[in-house]
Amino acid sequence: MNDPDTKLHNSAVTAMVFVALLLAWEVGVRISGVAPILLPAPSAVARELANAPGFFLRESAYTVVSTLAGFALALLIGVVLAIAIVGSRWLERLIWTVLVVLNSLPKVALAPLFVIWMGLGVAPKVAVAVLLALFSIVVDTVLGLRTVDPDVTALVRISRAGWLREMLLIRLPGALPALFAGMKVAISFALVGAIVGEFVGGSSGLGTVILIAQGQFDTTRVFAALVLLGIIGAALFHLLEIAERLLIPWHLSQRSR
Amino acid sequence: MIRVSVPCISIAGGEKLYPSSRGAIMALRGIDLDVADGEFVSLLGPSGCGKSTLLRCIAGLEQLSAGTASIHGQPILSPPDGIAMVFQRDALLDWRSIIGNVVIAAQLRGHRAALYRDRGMALLERFGLAGFADRYPWELSGGMRQRVAICRALLMEPTILLMDEPFGALDAMTRDDLNVELIRMWQASRRTVVFVTHSIAEAVFLSDRIAVLSRGPGRIEELMKVDLPRPRDLGVRETPAFAAHVAHLRAVFTRLGLMTT
Ligand SMILES: Nc1ncnc2c1ncn2[C@@H]1O[C@H](COP(=O)(O)OP(=O)(O)OP(=O)(O)O)[C@@H](O)[C@H]1O
Ligand SMILES: [Mg+2]
Repeated sequence: MNDPDTKLHNSAVTAMVFVALLLAWEVGVRISGVAPILLPAPSAVARELANAPGFFLRESAYTVVSTLAGFALALLIGVVLAIAIVGSRWLERLIWTVLVVLNSLPKVALAPLFVIWMGLGVAPKVAVAVLLALFSIVVDTVLGLRTVDPDVTALVRISRAGWLREMLLIRLPGALPALFAGMKVAISFALVGAIVGEFVGGSSGLGTVILIAQGQFDTTRVFAALVLLGIIGAALFHLLEIAERLLIPWHLSQRSR
Repeated sequence: MIRVSVPCISIAGGEKLYPSSRGAIMALRGIDLDVADGEFVSLLGPSGCGKSTLLRCIAGLEQLSAGTASIHGQPILSPPDGIAMVFQRDALLDWRSIIGNVVIAAQLRGHRAALYRDRGMALLERFGLAGFADRYPWELSGGMRQRVAICRALLMEPTILLMDEPFGALDAMTRDDLNVELIRMWQASRRTVVFVTHSIAEAVFLSDRIAVLSRGPGRIEELMKVDLPRPRDLGVRETPAFAAHVAHLRAVFTRLGLMTT
């Protein structure tokens, strides 16, 4: 099922479906004569991108940087919080309460507050990205840290390993698969957060490009930015999958790959 | 009779209650068992009779509700020094290589893995796994995995080895192999072993003495000495003496209503 031949075959099929959809879109737009302001043809979007590659690259880079910064911070904070939650009843109650309250707020609605606090630079974008990405990392990491085979727990106790040794030798490595599951959700949330941050204020990034193009009814440019966002989202997710394959080749989900 | 030495493991009047929503479950009652240094004792009994519970009390993972458990005269209040345990499911760590799974016994005790690598490799070699040191658990068969678990248990040279149905999940042939390897290991080192099993033949083949437990609550119904010469090999199972031991234990089980004939 997973031999290289089928893999090649699968990606060929994916590519063909993709090309067919693009063709249908192109032909549909041309035949129906729908106004480009409503729906531009793929060829027009491609031309838009080709005409200003430097511009789009710069704006994309800005969004990618705030996404990655937010994701990395969320990862760091999330793992530390998860360790604290697993380590102490008292901290567990405190952190969960705060996290659940934060998470039940529509976090997007907090974005304007961050602009007031942090200005129009990259900081509020990163902050919104962190806020959106944090929850899934904490939840999944806590689950991973808590799931230890009872026999392994017995082994740890018989060896009289303390809390730190158990954490480093058993719990953290054992939590890696769950952590990756959380990261895969978190990376898309971080991208959403970065865009929301740009929507609320600032002068760079693909979110800003969309906002300005919308004001000018430049639908083609909106589409160009959307295409780039799609590519960025898919690429980040794919990078995580590669990291997963390299870091946890031992996990059941990775073995037959 | 005058006691000249303190037994290695001693349990007197051992009782274990597990609290539960529908009142307490009595898992063990009136357990009296002494195991001498270097002795191989098997706990034989049906499922649910408290064999694992007894083993966990010796390991210091559980406390008896009444009675005393001690090792060399010291009451067992927490996991004592110098014990190791082998479980039915091998409890290997998926993310560690085979040698990594062996040396973790040292790392969990705060030693550096590198210092124990040679000893780990020697153990793997002894159990026919030298070529697999850098493989991962999922690449090994059930029997090989259980050998690794035994190597892990032996790494820190425990004085007491507790084994909870270590071969229960293996097929008969692999089980025979491992019985032979275990008995070879034991004959060379003479550690104190408490071995839990469902299998009469396995218990007779391996043990110096066999404690037969019955259910509800678990108590020791019979303590049988195994009078078979050592060193033993698989050939001993064909002897009349072996058959007599097995027949005797069968009769005990039938008398207790634990076996339908
Ligand atoms: N942690 C626990 N909490 C409550 N009851 C328990 C617990 N552990 C065991 N018991 C109960 O104690 C009794 C003995 O269990 P134990 O696991 O010691 O049996 P066993 O002889 O090892 O069985 P098996 O051969 O199936 O492994 C059972 O009735 C079981 O339900
Ligand atoms: Mg058991």
